[in-house]
Amino acid sequence: MKRTLKALPLFGLLLMTVAAPLKAETSDTPEWQALKVTHFGDRPIRENATDLLELEAPFRAEDAAIVPISIRSKQPQTADNYIQNIHIIIDRNPMPYSANFHLSPSLGTVDIATRVRVDRYTHIRAIAEMNDGSLHMVAEHVRASGGCSAPAMKDAEAAMARLGQMQMRMRQPTIGQPVQAQVIISHPNYSGLQFDQQRRTYIPPHFVRTIDITFNDEALIKLEAGISVSEDPSVRFVFTPETSGVLKATAEDSKQDIFTTEQQI
Amino acid sequence: MLAIVNKTYFFTLLLLIPALHGCAETEATDYPLTAAAEGIYFHQGAHEEATPDNHGAIANIGFIVGESCVAVVDTGGSYLEGQQLRNAIRNITETPICYVINTHVHPDHVFGNAAFLEDNPVFIAHQRAPAALAGRQPFYEESFQELLGDAWQGTEFIPASKLVNIDQPLELDLGGRIIKLESYPTAHTDHDLTVLDKKTRTLWTGDLLFVDRTPALDGSINGWLDAMQHLLKIDVEVMIPGHGPISYQGDKTALESQIRYFEAIREGVRSIINDLGTIEEAIREVAVDEADNWLMFEEYHRRNVTAAFVELEWE
Repeated sequence: MKRTLKALPLFGLLLMTVAAPLKAETSDTPEWQALKVTHFGDRPIRENATDLLELEAPFRAEDAAIVPISIRSKQPQTADNYIQNIHIIIDRNPMPYSANFHLSPSLGTVDIATRVRVDRYTHIRAIAEMNDGSLHMVAEHVRASGGCSAPAMKDAEAAMARLGQMQMRMRQPTIGQPVQAQVIISHPNYSGLQFDQQRRTYIPPHFVRTIDITFNDEALIKLEAGISVSEDPSVRFVFTPETSGVLKATAEDSKQDIFTTEQQI
Repeated sequence: MLAIVNKTYFFTLLLLIPALHGCAETEATDYPLTAAAEGIYFHQGAHEEATPDNHGAIANIGFIVGESCVAVVDTGGSYLEGQQLRNAIRNITETPICYVINTHVHPDHVFGNAAFLEDNPVFIAHQRAPAALAGRQPFYEESFQELLGDAWQGTEFIPASKLVNIDQPLELDLGGRIIKLESYPTAHTDHDLTVLDKKTRTLWTGDLLFVDRTPALDGSINGWLDAMQHLLKIDVEVMIPGHGPISYQGDKTALESQIRYFEAIREGVRSIINDLGTIEEAIREVAVDEADNWLMFEEYHRRNVTAAFVELEWE
Protein backbone atom coordinates (compact mmCIF):
# COMPACT_ATOMS: atom_id res chain seq x y z
CA MET A 1 0.00 0.00 0.00
CA LYS A 2 2.68 2.43 1.00
CA ARG A 3 4.73 1.61 -2.05
CA THR A 4 1.77 2.15 -4.38
CA LEU A 5 1.11 5.51 -2.84
CA LYS A 6 4.70 6.57 -3.15
CA ALA A 7 4.48 5.93 -6.85
CA LEU A 8 1.53 8.25 -7.27
CA PRO A 9 2.21 11.81 -8.34
CA LEU A 10 2.18 14.26 -5.47
CA PHE A 11 -1.05 15.83 -6.63
CA GLY A 12 -2.86 12.53 -6.57
CA LEU A 13 -1.54 11.85 -3.12
CA LEU A 14 -2.80 15.17 -1.83
CA LEU A 15 -6.23 14.55 -3.29
CA MET A 16 -6.46 11.16 -1.70
CA THR A 17 -5.42 12.53 1.65
CA VAL A 18 -8.18 15.06 1.58
CA ALA A 19 -10.76 12.65 0.25
CA ALA A 20 -10.27 9.82 2.71
CA PRO A 21 -8.05 8.98 5.63
CA LEU A 22 -4.88 7.47 4.32
CA LYS A 23 -4.46 3.86 5.28
CA ALA A 24 -0.73 3.42 5.01
CA GLU A 25 -0.05 0.01 6.50
CA THR A 26 3.09 1.14 8.22
CA SER A 27 1.74 4.03 10.23
CA ASP A 28 -2.04 4.17 10.42
CA THR A 29 -2.73 2.30 13.62
CA PRO A 30 -5.54 2.50 16.20
CA GLU A 31 -3.01 4.12 18.55
CA TRP A 32 -2.33 6.82 16.03
CA GLN A 33 -6.01 7.43 15.41
CA ALA A 34 -6.39 8.20 19.12
CA LEU A 35 -3.18 10.22 19.41
CA LYS A 36 -4.04 12.30 16.37
CA VAL A 37 -7.30 13.44 17.92
CA THR A 38 -5.68 14.07 21.31
CA HIS A 39 -2.94 16.29 19.95
CA PHE A 40 -4.32 17.74 16.74
CA GLY A 41 -8.10 17.51 17.08
CA ASP A 42 -9.73 17.30 13.68
CA ARG A 43 -6.98 19.16 11.82
CA PRO A 44 -6.00 17.36 8.64
CA ILE A 45 -2.51 15.87 8.59
CA ARG A 46 -0.85 15.08 5.29
CA GLU A 47 0.85 11.70 5.72
CA ASN A 48 3.96 10.35 4.02
CA ALA A 49 5.13 13.93 3.51
CA THR A 50 8.51 12.73 2.30
CA ASP A 51 8.72 15.59 -0.19
CA LEU A 52 9.00 17.98 2.76
CA LEU A 53 10.64 16.04 5.52
CA GLU A 54 12.96 13.14 6.16
CA LEU A 55 12.97 11.25 9.45
CA GLU A 56 15.90 8.98 10.18
CA ALA A 57 15.51 6.43 12.94
CA PRO A 58 17.31 3.11 13.33
CA PHE A 59 15.52 -0.02 12.15
CA ARG A 60 16.07 -1.44 15.59
CA ALA A 61 16.39 0.33 18.93
CA GLU A 62 19.89 -0.96 19.65
CA ASP A 63 19.84 0.52 23.10
CA ALA A 64 16.34 1.20 24.40
CA ALA A 65 17.62 4.13 26.43
CA ILE A 66 19.36 5.90 23.54
CA VAL A 67 17.76 5.89 20.12
CA PRO A 68 19.19 8.59 17.88
CA ILE A 69 16.67 10.23 15.54
CA SER A 70 17.23 13.00 13.05
CA ILE A 71 14.91 15.16 10.96
CA ARG A 72 15.83 17.06 7.84
CA SER A 73 13.70 19.34 5.70
CA LYS A 74 13.88 19.04 1.95
CA GLN A 75 12.75 22.61 1.39
CA PRO A 76 14.49 25.78 2.54
CA GLN A 77 13.15 27.74 5.50
CA THR A 78 12.15 31.15 4.18
CA ALA A 79 10.40 34.02 5.91
CA ASP A 80 7.25 33.27 3.90
CA ASN A 81 7.22 29.53 4.06
CA TYR A 82 8.86 27.64 6.89
CA ILE A 83 8.45 24.81 9.32
CA GLN A 84 7.40 26.43 12.55
CA ASN A 85 7.21 23.31 14.71
CA ILE A 86 8.17 19.69 14.53
CA HIS A 87 6.19 17.50 16.89
CA ILE A 88 7.69 14.12 17.75
CA ILE A 89 5.29 11.37 18.73
CA ILE A 90 6.38 7.91 19.83
CA ASP A 91 3.14 5.96 19.75
CA ARG A 92 3.82 3.28 22.33
CA ASN A 93 5.90 5.15 24.88
CA PRO A 94 4.31 5.88 28.27
CA MET A 95 3.94 9.51 27.19
CA PRO A 96 3.79 9.42 23.39
CA TYR A 97 3.99 13.17 22.78
CA SER A 98 7.74 13.36 23.16
CA ALA A 99 9.04 16.65 21.86
CA ASN A 100 8.09 19.86 20.16
CA PHE A 101 10.82 21.74 18.31
CA HIS A 102 9.96 25.41 17.67
CA LEU A 103 12.02 26.43 14.66
CA SER A 104 13.01 29.81 13.31
CA PRO A 105 12.95 30.65 9.59
CA SER A 106 16.45 32.03 10.12
CA LEU A 107 17.80 28.47 10.43
CA GLY A 108 17.79 28.42 6.63
CA THR A 109 17.24 24.71 6.66
CA VAL A 110 15.97 22.18 9.17
CA ASP A 111 18.53 19.59 10.17
CA ILE A 112 18.02 18.53 13.77
CA ALA A 113 18.71 15.44 15.82
CA THR A 114 18.05 14.19 19.31
CA ARG A 115 18.00 10.92 21.26
CA VAL A 116 14.92 9.25 22.67
CA ARG A 117 13.86 6.26 24.74
CA VAL A 118 12.09 3.49 22.86
CA ASP A 119 11.37 0.40 24.88
CA ARG A 120 9.09 -1.48 22.51
CA TYR A 121 8.16 -1.86 18.89
CA THR A 122 6.63 1.46 17.93
CA HIS A 123 6.10 4.07 15.29
CA ILE A 124 8.01 7.29 15.65
CA ARG A 125 6.39 10.26 13.93
CA ALA A 126 7.64 13.70 13.01
CA ILE A 127 4.82 16.12 12.25
CA ALA A 128 5.83 19.39 10.67
CA GLU A 129 3.59 22.34 11.36
CA MET A 130 4.12 25.04 8.73
CA ASN A 131 3.78 28.75 9.38
CA ASP A 132 0.42 28.56 7.57
CA GLY A 133 -0.76 26.01 10.15
CA SER A 134 -0.81 23.01 7.81
CA LEU A 135 0.43 19.67 9.18
CA HIS A 136 2.67 17.18 7.38
CA MET A 137 3.83 13.88 8.77
CA VAL A 138 6.55 11.32 8.18
CA ALA A 139 6.80 8.14 10.24
CA GLU A 140 9.22 5.30 10.79
CA HIS A 141 8.85 2.20 12.83
CA VAL A 142 11.47 0.99 15.21
CA ARG A 143 11.84 -2.53 16.53
CA ALA A 144 12.59 -2.89 20.19
CA SER A 145 15.90 -4.54 20.88
CA GLY A 146 15.89 -7.93 22.52
CA GLY A 147 17.72 -8.85 25.64
CA CYS A 148 18.55 -6.76 28.58
CA SER A 149 18.75 -3.17 27.44
CA ALA A 150 16.07 -1.74 29.67
CA PRO A 151 15.59 1.99 29.33
CA ALA A 152 17.15 2.33 32.76
CA MET A 153 20.14 4.36 33.72
CA LYS A 154 23.41 2.60 33.22
CA ASP A 155 25.17 4.39 35.99
CA ALA A 156 22.76 6.37 38.14
CA GLU A 157 25.42 7.70 40.48
CA ALA A 158 27.66 9.03 37.73
CA ALA A 159 24.68 10.71 36.10
CA MET A 160 23.63 12.52 39.26
CA ALA A 161 27.18 13.60 39.99
CA ARG A 162 27.41 15.62 36.79
CA LEU A 163 23.82 16.90 36.69
CA GLY A 164 23.56 20.28 35.01
CA GLN A 165 26.88 20.22 33.19
CA MET A 166 26.42 21.47 29.65
CA GLN A 167 28.38 21.18 26.46
CA MET A 168 28.17 23.14 23.25
CA ARG A 169 30.12 21.40 20.53
CA MET A 170 30.77 22.93 17.16
CA ARG A 171 33.26 22.67 14.34
CA GLN A 172 35.11 25.91 13.66
CA PRO A 173 32.25 28.11 12.34
CA THR A 174 32.63 30.41 9.35
CA ILE A 175 30.39 33.42 8.98
CA GLY A 176 27.85 32.84 6.22
CA GLN A 177 28.44 29.08 6.14
CA PRO A 178 26.18 26.40 7.63
CA VAL A 179 27.72 24.84 10.71
CA GLN A 180 26.69 21.83 12.74
CA ALA A 181 26.39 22.37 16.47
CA GLN A 182 25.30 20.23 19.39
CA VAL A 183 24.00 21.14 22.82
CA ILE A 184 24.03 18.46 25.51
CA ILE A 185 23.04 18.77 29.12
CA SER A 186 23.87 16.16 31.68
CA HIS A 187 20.63 15.28 33.37
CA PRO A 188 19.14 11.96 34.55
CA ASN A 189 15.78 12.86 32.98
CA TYR A 190 13.85 10.77 35.49
CA SER A 191 10.56 9.80 33.96
CA GLY A 192 8.66 9.26 37.21
CA LEU A 193 8.35 5.60 36.26
CA GLN A 194 11.59 4.42 37.86
CA PHE A 195 11.31 2.74 41.22
CA ASP A 196 13.69 3.46 44.08
CA GLN A 197 14.11 0.17 45.91
CA GLN A 198 15.84 1.61 48.95
CA ARG A 199 13.10 4.16 49.60
CA ARG A 200 10.29 1.89 48.38
CA THR A 201 8.85 4.65 46.27
CA TYR A 202 8.87 5.97 42.71
CA ILE A 203 11.60 8.45 41.92
CA PRO A 204 9.70 11.67 41.20
CA PRO A 205 9.84 12.92 37.63
CA HIS A 206 12.81 15.21 37.14
CA PHE A 207 13.57 16.01 33.55
CA VAL A 208 14.59 18.75 31.18
CA ARG A 209 11.49 20.59 30.00
CA THR A 210 12.95 23.13 27.61
CA ILE A 211 16.16 23.86 25.77
CA ASP A 212 16.29 27.32 24.19
CA ILE A 213 18.95 27.98 21.61
CA THR A 214 19.51 31.55 20.51
CA PHE A 215 21.99 33.40 18.35
CA ASN A 216 22.51 37.03 19.39
CA ASP A 217 19.36 36.73 21.50
CA GLU A 218 17.29 35.72 18.51
CA ALA A 219 15.50 32.37 18.86
CA LEU A 220 16.81 29.59 16.63
CA ILE A 221 15.33 26.48 18.24
CA LYS A 222 13.28 25.92 21.32
CA LEU A 223 12.76 22.34 22.33
CA GLU A 224 9.90 21.45 24.65
CA ALA A 225 10.66 17.96 25.84
CA GLY A 226 8.99 15.20 27.80
CA ILE A 227 10.14 12.04 29.50
CA SER A 228 10.75 10.19 26.23
CA VAL A 229 13.93 12.16 25.69
CA SER A 230 17.00 10.17 26.75
CA GLU A 231 19.01 11.04 29.82
CA ASP A 232 21.61 13.71 29.02
CA PRO A 233 19.32 15.40 26.47
CA SER A 234 21.06 16.30 23.24
CA VAL A 235 20.02 18.63 20.42
CA ARG A 236 22.12 18.66 17.29
CA PHE A 237 21.32 21.22 14.63
CA VAL A 238 22.66 23.10 11.66
CA PHE A 239 22.52 26.86 11.43
CA THR A 240 24.22 29.63 9.49
CA PRO A 241 25.73 32.51 11.47
CA GLU A 242 25.31 35.53 9.23
CA THR A 243 27.36 37.75 11.56
CA SER A 244 29.63 37.19 14.50
CA GLY A 245 27.78 36.82 17.77
CA VAL A 246 26.92 34.60 20.68
CA LEU A 247 25.32 31.18 20.39
CA LYS A 248 23.59 30.49 23.67
CA ALA A 249 21.67 27.53 25.08
CA THR A 250 19.45 27.66 28.16
CA ALA A 251 17.86 24.58 29.66
CA GLU A 252 15.17 24.49 32.30
CA ASP A 253 14.16 21.34 34.11
CA SER A 254 10.98 20.29 35.87
CA LYS A 255 12.28 21.66 39.17
CA GLN A 256 12.73 25.06 37.50
CA ASP A 257 16.48 24.77 37.71
CA ILE A 258 18.13 26.68 34.88
CA PHE A 259 21.37 25.80 33.13
CA THR A 260 23.15 27.79 30.43
CA THR A 261 26.15 27.68 28.18
CA GLU A 262 27.33 29.89 25.33
CA GLN A 263 29.98 30.34 22.70
CA GLN A 264 31.25 33.32 20.81
CA ILE A 265 31.31 32.96 17.03
CA MET B 1 31.15 -38.76 45.26
CA LEU B 2 33.57 -35.88 45.48
CA ALA B 3 36.40 -38.27 44.79
CA ILE B 4 34.91 -39.15 41.45
CA VAL B 5 34.68 -35.53 40.54
CA ASN B 6 38.27 -34.95 41.58
CA LYS B 7 39.47 -37.06 38.71
CA THR B 8 37.78 -34.77 36.28
CA TYR B 9 39.81 -31.78 37.29
CA PHE B 10 41.13 -30.01 34.17
CA PHE B 11 38.73 -31.99 32.05
CA THR B 12 35.40 -31.00 30.74
CA LEU B 13 33.11 -33.75 31.80
CA LEU B 14 29.74 -33.73 30.26
CA LEU B 15 27.24 -35.10 32.69
CA LEU B 16 24.00 -35.81 30.99
CA ILE B 17 21.48 -35.50 33.73
CA PRO B 18 18.40 -37.52 32.87
CA ALA B 19 15.14 -35.66 33.20
CA LEU B 20 13.76 -36.27 36.64
CA HIS B 21 10.17 -37.23 37.06
CA GLY B 22 9.55 -33.76 38.48
CA CYS B 23 10.30 -32.02 35.23
CA ALA B 24 9.24 -34.74 32.84
CA GLU B 25 5.86 -33.01 32.85
CA THR B 26 7.38 -29.96 31.28
CA GLU B 27 9.15 -32.20 28.78
CA ALA B 28 12.44 -30.58 29.65
CA THR B 29 15.24 -32.01 27.62
CA ASP B 30 18.51 -33.09 29.17
CA TYR B 31 20.37 -30.35 30.94
CA PRO B 32 24.07 -31.02 30.44
CA LEU B 33 26.53 -29.84 33.06
CA THR B 34 30.24 -29.27 32.73
CA ALA B 35 32.51 -29.93 35.70
CA ALA B 36 34.83 -26.95 35.80
CA ALA B 37 36.83 -28.12 38.81
CA GLU B 38 36.33 -30.34 41.81
CA GLY B 39 32.80 -29.67 43.12
CA ILE B 40 32.08 -26.92 40.60
CA TYR B 41 29.59 -27.45 37.81
CA PHE B 42 27.97 -25.22 35.24
CA HIS B 43 25.58 -25.39 32.35
CA GLN B 44 26.84 -23.61 29.26
CA GLY B 45 24.17 -21.39 27.75
CA ALA B 46 23.38 -21.25 24.05
CA HIS B 47 24.66 -18.34 21.97
CA GLU B 48 21.14 -17.24 21.14
CA GLU B 49 18.61 -14.67 22.23
CA ALA B 50 16.04 -15.92 24.76
CA THR B 51 13.22 -17.79 23.01
CA PRO B 52 10.42 -20.15 24.03
CA ASP B 53 12.50 -23.02 22.61
CA ASN B 54 15.64 -22.36 24.68
CA HIS B 55 13.50 -21.08 27.60
CA GLY B 56 16.08 -18.42 28.28
CA ALA B 57 18.96 -20.86 28.88
CA ILE B 58 21.55 -18.64 27.23
CA ALA B 59 23.95 -17.85 30.09
CA ASN B 60 26.42 -19.97 32.02
CA ILE B 61 24.94 -20.82 35.39
CA GLY B 62 25.88 -23.41 37.98
CA PHE B 63 26.90 -24.22 41.52
CA ILE B 64 29.69 -24.93 43.98
CA VAL B 65 29.41 -27.90 46.34
CA GLY B 66 30.93 -27.71 49.81
CA GLU B 67 30.71 -30.22 52.65
CA SER B 68 27.90 -28.36 54.38
CA CYS B 69 26.48 -26.01 51.77
CA VAL B 70 25.84 -25.61 48.07
CA ALA B 71 26.13 -22.12 46.59
CA VAL B 72 24.25 -21.55 43.35
CA VAL B 73 25.84 -19.02 41.00
CA ASP B 74 23.09 -17.54 38.82
CA THR B 75 19.80 -19.29 38.21
CA GLY B 76 19.07 -18.98 34.51
CA GLY B 77 16.74 -17.25 32.14
CA SER B 78 13.40 -18.64 33.34
CA TYR B 79 11.77 -20.41 36.23
CA LEU B 80 11.95 -23.53 34.08
CA GLU B 81 15.72 -23.28 33.74
CA GLY B 82 16.00 -22.64 37.47
CA GLN B 83 14.12 -25.89 38.06
CA GLN B 84 16.39 -27.74 35.68
CA LEU B 85 19.43 -26.46 37.50
CA ARG B 86 17.92 -27.40 40.85
CA ASN B 87 17.15 -30.91 39.62
CA ALA B 88 20.68 -31.21 38.29
CA ILE B 89 22.06 -30.21 41.69
CA ARG B 90 19.87 -32.73 43.46
CA ASN B 91 21.11 -35.41 41.10
CA ILE B 92 24.64 -34.76 42.29
CA THR B 93 24.27 -33.93 45.95
CA GLU B 94 21.77 -33.73 48.80
CA THR B 95 23.83 -31.02 50.52
CA PRO B 96 21.56 -28.07 51.43
CA ILE B 97 21.43 -25.13 49.06
CA CYS B 98 22.34 -22.33 51.47
CA TYR B 99 23.14 -19.53 49.03
CA VAL B 100 21.85 -18.29 45.70
CA ILE B 101 24.27 -15.74 44.27
CA ASN B 102 23.35 -13.45 41.38
CA THR B 103 26.32 -12.02 39.49
CA HIS B 104 23.98 -9.25 38.19
CA VAL B 105 20.28 -8.87 37.43
CA HIS B 106 20.09 -9.47 33.69
CA PRO B 107 17.20 -11.83 32.95
CA ASP B 108 19.34 -14.75 31.77
CA HIS B 109 21.05 -14.82 35.19
CA VAL B 110 18.22 -14.23 37.69
CA PHE B 111 14.93 -15.42 36.27
CA GLY B 112 15.38 -18.88 37.77
CA ASN B 113 15.66 -17.54 41.35
CA ALA B 114 12.13 -18.63 42.27
CA ALA B 115 13.00 -22.29 41.66
CA PHE B 116 15.15 -22.16 44.81
CA LEU B 117 12.62 -20.56 47.17
CA GLU B 118 11.76 -23.95 48.63
CA ASP B 119 15.37 -24.27 49.82
CA ASN B 120 15.01 -21.02 51.73
CA PRO B 121 18.51 -19.88 50.73
CA VAL B 122 20.14 -16.49 51.30
CA PHE B 123 19.95 -14.58 48.02
CA ILE B 124 23.15 -12.58 47.57
CA ALA B 125 24.11 -9.85 45.09
CA HIS B 126 25.91 -6.54 44.62
CA GLN B 127 24.76 -3.66 46.81
CA ARG B 128 23.15 -1.94 43.83
CA ALA B 129 21.45 -5.05 42.47
CA PRO B 130 18.04 -4.64 44.16
CA ALA B 131 17.63 -1.11 42.80
CA ALA B 132 18.76 -2.26 39.36
CA LEU B 133 16.26 -5.12 39.39
CA ALA B 134 13.41 -2.91 40.54
CA GLY B 135 14.25 -0.31 37.92
CA ARG B 136 14.16 -2.85 35.12
CA GLN B 137 11.30 -4.99 36.36
CA PRO B 138 8.40 -3.40 34.44
CA PHE B 139 10.40 -3.53 31.20
CA TYR B 140 11.55 -7.10 31.75
CA GLU B 141 8.09 -8.28 32.71
CA GLU B 142 6.61 -7.03 29.52
CA SER B 143 9.36 -7.88 27.07
CA PHE B 144 10.25 -11.30 28.46
CA GLN B 145 6.69 -12.55 28.67
CA GLU B 146 6.67 -11.89 24.96
CA LEU B 147 10.14 -13.32 24.26
CA LEU B 148 9.77 -16.47 26.38
CA GLY B 149 6.11 -17.30 25.77
CA ASP B 150 5.11 -20.34 27.82
CA ALA B 151 8.60 -20.61 29.27
CA TRP B 152 7.85 -17.44 31.26
CA GLN B 153 5.48 -19.39 33.55
CA GLY B 154 6.48 -19.22 37.20
CA THR B 155 9.17 -16.58 36.77
CA GLU B 156 9.36 -14.16 39.68
CA PHE B 157 11.54 -11.19 40.54
CA ILE B 158 13.41 -12.08 43.70
CA PRO B 159 15.81 -9.43 44.93
CA ALA B 160 18.85 -10.29 47.01
CA SER B 161 18.55 -10.01 50.77
CA LYS B 162 22.27 -10.08 51.51
CA LEU B 163 24.26 -7.42 49.69
CA VAL B 164 27.97 -7.17 48.96
CA ASN B 165 29.49 -3.71 49.02
CA ILE B 166 32.15 -2.50 46.62
CA ASP B 167 35.59 -2.81 48.25
CA GLN B 168 34.18 -5.09 50.94
CA PRO B 169 34.40 -8.65 49.60
CA LEU B 170 32.33 -11.27 51.36
CA GLU B 171 33.71 -14.72 52.18
CA LEU B 172 31.39 -17.67 52.63
CA ASP B 173 32.39 -20.99 54.11
CA LEU B 174 30.64 -23.82 52.27
CA GLY B 175 32.37 -26.44 54.44
CA GLY B 176 35.86 -27.41 53.34
CA ARG B 177 35.99 -24.55 50.89
CA ILE B 178 35.71 -20.79 51.06
CA ILE B 179 34.33 -18.65 48.30
CA LYS B 180 34.98 -14.96 47.94
CA LEU B 181 32.34 -12.63 46.51
CA GLU B 182 33.52 -9.33 45.13
CA SER B 183 31.42 -6.35 43.97
CA TYR B 184 32.69 -4.03 41.25
CA PRO B 185 32.24 -0.37 40.37
CA THR B 186 30.15 0.10 37.20
CA ALA B 187 31.44 -2.18 34.42
CA HIS B 188 29.23 -4.57 32.38
CA THR B 189 26.37 -3.22 34.55
CA ASP B 190 26.42 -0.99 37.62
CA HIS B 191 26.18 -4.05 39.85
CA ASP B 192 28.58 -6.82 38.76
CA LEU B 193 29.79 -9.41 41.22
CA THR B 194 32.36 -12.20 40.82
CA VAL B 195 32.72 -15.43 42.78
CA LEU B 196 36.12 -16.96 43.45
CA ASP B 197 36.47 -20.47 44.82
CA LYS B 198 39.72 -20.24 46.75
CA LYS B 199 40.22 -23.99 46.92
CA THR B 200 40.45 -24.60 43.18
CA ARG B 201 41.12 -20.98 42.16
CA THR B 202 38.06 -21.03 39.95
CA LEU B 203 36.60 -17.63 39.12
CA TRP B 204 33.01 -17.10 38.04
CA THR B 205 33.25 -13.83 36.19
CA GLY B 206 29.54 -13.34 35.55
CA ASP B 207 29.15 -11.15 32.49
CA LEU B 208 32.42 -9.34 33.08
CA LEU B 209 33.64 -11.90 30.54
CA PHE B 210 31.93 -13.04 27.36
CA VAL B 211 33.66 -15.67 25.26
CA ASP B 212 32.78 -15.91 21.54
CA ARG B 213 29.45 -14.12 22.02
CA THR B 214 29.54 -10.34 21.51
CA PRO B 215 29.72 -8.72 24.95
CA ALA B 216 26.85 -6.36 25.79
CA LEU B 217 27.62 -3.04 27.43
CA ASP B 218 24.98 -1.97 29.95
CA GLY B 219 27.23 -0.07 32.34
CA SER B 220 30.43 1.81 31.59
CA ILE B 221 33.04 1.11 28.93
CA ASN B 222 35.76 2.74 31.00
CA GLY B 223 34.64 0.90 34.11
CA TRP B 224 34.50 -2.42 32.30
CA LEU B 225 37.99 -1.98 30.87
CA ASP B 226 39.22 -1.23 34.41
CA ALA B 227 37.45 -4.33 35.73
CA MET B 228 39.08 -6.44 33.02
CA GLN B 229 42.52 -5.15 33.99
CA HIS B 230 41.70 -6.22 37.53
CA LEU B 231 40.65 -9.68 36.32
CA LEU B 232 43.90 -10.01 34.38
CA LYS B 233 45.79 -9.67 37.63
CA ILE B 234 43.83 -12.18 39.68
CA ASP B 235 45.66 -15.47 40.03
CA VAL B 236 43.16 -18.02 38.78
CA GLU B 237 43.35 -21.52 37.41
CA VAL B 238 39.88 -21.78 35.85
CA MET B 239 37.68 -19.00 34.56
CA ILE B 240 33.95 -19.52 34.00
CA PRO B 241 32.64 -16.69 31.84
CA GLY B 242 29.05 -15.45 31.80
CA HIS B 243 28.74 -16.75 28.26
CA GLY B 244 30.81 -19.19 26.21
CA PRO B 245 33.41 -21.82 26.96
CA ILE B 246 35.51 -22.03 30.08
CA SER B 247 39.26 -21.31 30.25
CA TYR B 248 41.71 -23.60 32.05
CA GLN B 249 45.25 -23.37 33.37
CA GLY B 250 45.15 -19.66 33.89
CA ASP B 251 44.55 -19.03 30.20
CA LYS B 252 43.40 -15.43 29.79
CA THR B 253 43.27 -15.27 25.99
CA ALA B 254 39.51 -14.80 26.04
CA LEU B 255 39.81 -11.89 28.44
CA GLU B 256 42.44 -10.32 26.22
CA SER B 257 40.12 -10.61 23.20
CA GLN B 258 37.42 -8.80 25.07
CA ILE B 259 39.85 -6.08 26.13
CA ARG B 260 40.94 -5.66 22.52
CA TYR B 261 37.29 -5.35 21.41
CA PHE B 262 36.40 -2.64 23.92
CA GLU B 263 39.65 -0.79 23.39
CA ALA B 264 38.86 -0.68 19.67
CA ILE B 265 35.44 0.76 20.43
CA ARG B 266 36.81 3.28 22.91
CA GLU B 267 39.52 4.47 20.56
CA GLY B 268 37.14 4.70 17.58
CA VAL B 269 34.43 6.53 19.50
CA ARG B 270 36.89 8.95 21.11
CA SER B 271 38.35 9.88 17.78
CA ILE B 272 34.89 10.59 16.31
CA ILE B 273 33.92 12.64 19.35
CA ASN B 274 37.15 14.63 19.17
CA ASP B 275 36.46 15.30 15.52
CA LEU B 276 32.95 16.53 16.50
CA GLY B 277 31.39 13.67 14.59
CA THR B 278 27.95 12.27 15.31
CA ILE B 279 26.67 9.26 17.17
CA GLU B 280 25.25 7.93 13.88
CA GLU B 281 28.72 8.04 12.29
CA ALA B 282 30.17 6.20 15.24
CA ILE B 283 27.46 3.53 15.02
CA ARG B 284 28.19 3.05 11.32
CA GLU B 285 31.97 3.03 11.51
CA VAL B 286 33.51 2.10 14.83
CA ALA B 287 35.19 -1.31 15.25
CA VAL B 288 33.10 -2.89 12.50
CA ASP B 289 36.11 -5.03 11.54
CA GLU B 290 35.64 -6.91 14.81
CA ALA B 291 32.59 -8.60 13.21
CA ASP B 292 34.50 -11.75 12.29
CA ASN B 293 35.67 -12.30 15.85
CA TRP B 294 32.26 -12.48 17.54
CA LEU B 295 28.95 -14.25 17.34
CA MET B 296 25.72 -12.21 17.42
CA PHE B 297 27.70 -9.12 16.41
CA GLU B 298 24.73 -7.69 14.49
CA GLU B 299 22.58 -7.88 17.57
CA TYR B 300 24.92 -6.18 20.01
CA HIS B 301 27.75 -4.25 18.44
CA ARG B 302 25.90 -1.10 17.42
CA ARG B 303 24.35 -0.96 20.82
CA ASN B 304 27.77 -1.12 22.46
CA VAL B 305 28.98 1.77 20.33
CA THR B 306 25.85 3.77 21.18
CA ALA B 307 26.32 3.25 24.91
CA ALA B 308 30.05 3.99 24.69
CA PHE B 309 29.43 7.20 22.76
CA VAL B 310 27.05 8.74 25.30
CA GLU B 311 29.46 7.85 28.07
CA LEU B 312 32.61 9.09 26.37
CA GLU B 313 31.14 12.42 25.26
CA TRP B 314 31.35 13.42 28.95
CA GLU B 315 35.06 12.67 29.33
